Amino acid sequence: MRISLTDRQLSGLIWQILVVAIVIAVIAWLWSNTVHNLSVRRISTGFAFLGREAGMPIADSWLPYSPQDTYLRAFIVGITNTLRVAVIGIVLATVLGTLVGIARLSANWLLARLAAVYVEMLRDIPLLLQLLFWYVLMQGLPAARQAWKPVEGVFLSNRGLILPSIPLETANLWVLLVAAIGLVASYFVRRRLTALHMRDGKPRRSLPYTLLLVVAVPALVSLALGASWSITFPELRGFNFVGGLTLAPEYFALLIALVTYTSAFIAEIVRSGIQAVPKGQWDAAKALGLRRSFALQHIVLPQALRVIIPPMTSQYLNLTKNSSLAVAVGYQDIVSIANTALNQTGQAIEAIALIMLVFLTISLGISLFMNWYNARIALVER
Amino acid sequence: MAVISDVPDGPLHSARPRVQRSLAGTAIVWLRANLFATIPSTIITLLLLLVLGKGFWGLVQWGWLNSVWSVPDPNNTAACRAVRGLGACWAVIPEKLRFILFGTYPFQEQWRPAAAVLIFIALFVVSTRRWAWRKELALVWAGALALIGLLMWGGIPGLVFVSQDRWGGLPVTLILATFGLAFGFPLGILVALGRRSKLPAIHSLCVLYVELIRGVPLISLLFMASVMFPLFMPDGVNIDKLLRAQIAFILFAGAYLAEVVRGGLQAVPKGQHDAADALGLSYWKKQGLIILPQAIRHVIPPLVNTFIAFFKDTSLVLIIGIFDLLTTAKTAIIDPAWQSFSVEVYIFVALIYFAFCFAMSRYSRSLEAQDSGR
Repeated sequence: MRISLTDRQLSGLIWQILVVAIVIAVIAWLWSNTVHNLSVRRISTGFAFLGREAGMPIADSWLPYSPQDTYLRAFIVGITNTLRVAVIGIVLATVLGTLVGIARLSANWLLARLAAVYVEMLRDIPLLLQLLFWYVLMQGLPAARQAWKPVEGVFLSNRGLILPSIPLETANLWVLLVAAIGLVASYFVRRRLTALHMRDGKPRRSLPYTLLLVVAVPALVSLALGASWSITFPELRGFNFVGGLTLAPEYFALLIALVTYTSAFIAEIVRSGIQAVPKGQWDAAKALGLRRSFALQHIVLPQALRVIIPPMTSQYLNLTKNSSLAVAVGYQDIVSIANTALNQTGQAIEAIALIMLVFLTISLGISLFMNWYNARIALVER
Repeated sequence: MAVISDVPDGPLHSARPRVQRSLAGTAIVWLRANLFATIPSTIITLLLLLVLGKGFWGLVQWGWLNSVWSVPDPNNTAACRAVRGLGACWAVIPEKLRFILFGTYPFQEQWRPAAAVLIFIALFVVSTRRWAWRKELALVWAGALALIGLLMWGGIPGLVFVSQDRWGGLPVTLILATFGLAFGFPLGILVALGRRSKLPAIHSLCVLYVELIRGVPLISLLFMASVMFPLFMPDGVNIDKLLRAQIAFILFAGAYLAEVVRGGLQAVPKGQHDAADALGLSYWKKQGLIILPQAIRHVIPPLVNTFIAFFKDTSLVLIIGIFDLLTTAKTAIIDPAWQSFSVEVYIFVALIYFAFCFAMSRYSRSLEAQDSGR
């Protein structure tokens, strides 16, 4: 028996050494080839190129940027562009997907069927094809002069979607910051009040504190700083729009494609999550005389969330990774900008390493956040 | 009638005793139960009917009533241009069909990729049958894939040689997906086993591989395959672009399939391991004969879902310029005469993708239903 055990350990050791040796040998071989090839092609290595002038135009950026800026700055613009589409996409896809998922379970046959068709159609067509489709539709929209006006102040044309906006000055940003701090603070106040409620059984209202922290204090700050919150409406001047917030056609097409595609998957997750809650919970809520919508919101959804969160995390990760399809319609996200840098400098390894680094970081961030949220839900529930 | 039979156990049937009712009566009861049960439900139904009616009518007008189905000659698209924005130009499909389906494959020889596509479909259909799930299936796959290679390349008497850079369209999509799976699946199994292994070095290598591949977008892997791969190779070795993309796909599929297989491995009860050990089976015999067959059976539906995702993902090769189905579709409408009719072409290609994916997802659902029925 002892001999056979050591045999196993020995064979395990040999296997490991073998595999590691093969992996190292392959990597070393690839490495030496690469070093040789790079020197033959006179491609420099290292990240020094990040400090050089990029010379690439970026059409759609929220940060100030000009082609004279460095590659590093171009990369940062790319990262913000990726985050801009990913974060807004995740929020919208969650809202839309949840609605469709609930619609699939509706007692109304027509609504349920329609939602099912929506899900099936979007899931079974490649995202890239959908993206190209939306982009072509976007280009087929009328020119700025004949723009569609669905609502006053909103224009849809081949220049993209133009919305009314509030110009954000420094004062406005301060007010928003104070409101954000207030929101976090009110969360802690609420937690404290709930803890007190649990201790002595006396319910306490948290709403006044929340209103004070989130509304009253920021309003005072706003008055003190003299921040202006007037909405500017876009106006057609000549061939283009002035004022307002412009969502470029590339961005808008990418956002629509990502949101609708991901929402189909989220709808299925929400549906199966709700179905995973035992029917007895519905019946119990009904027996208590609760309305269906109330039961859904306060009894079923909180329980369903526990089933929903883990697969939802991977959909968020997918959406973020899929945002890299931007390169196909010319929206300049990190992949597109790294690709341009790659073509300009020839430094393929560095450019691709940067892409990977950015996405690994974002993926890790989303996973950590969702794991935290998942743990929190589990705690609250039981 | 069809509508009524669609609800086998709706509230109507379960709640009430069966009474003989006229067809119209049944229909009215059904409508009241399912469309007009409450006031909000009625409002939703009416709103949806309004929106659907309008949308449907618009689609009928665009796709049927105002559409153009043929043009006098390929360069004269005046008829199509006349209805632009009002009606579809379906004439673009027959005009570009051969190019969309087979790309730049020599025109006279296009029966070969067509035959390859049929072999692929036959292979898929056979693989979905339960009676085919045995060892011989691997041989059938090897044979069929070899036959497809022979058809596509040729080079034997009677079949002219056609190099890969002339391949295009649907066969390329199917090749990328099928070969990706055929090689990615064994790779995924090995990696899944490695990830569950107690040997630290092997375990961490597998974790690193899976997490690295799954953490980054597929596009970055494809970029890597198209621009970095040539740097990795020694002088004189030049690997074809399609093959490089294929390797990227195999690595990609391997990582995702490994995670699915791992889920199945975790579902196999520990007693099965103990029993196999008690029989004195070696590691490979234990995994191959006892554990894996059970593990894979557990995860067939999620495996099929991964296949679907993978099939759709092959379209990403458009970005590195490989002529798959989506790329040929996009290229077909570069022709100035047909430039403005891309929506029609995209709809056509979407239908092809949809047919494959929908068939797979239906299949996955029928498997799940069978399994839960047991």
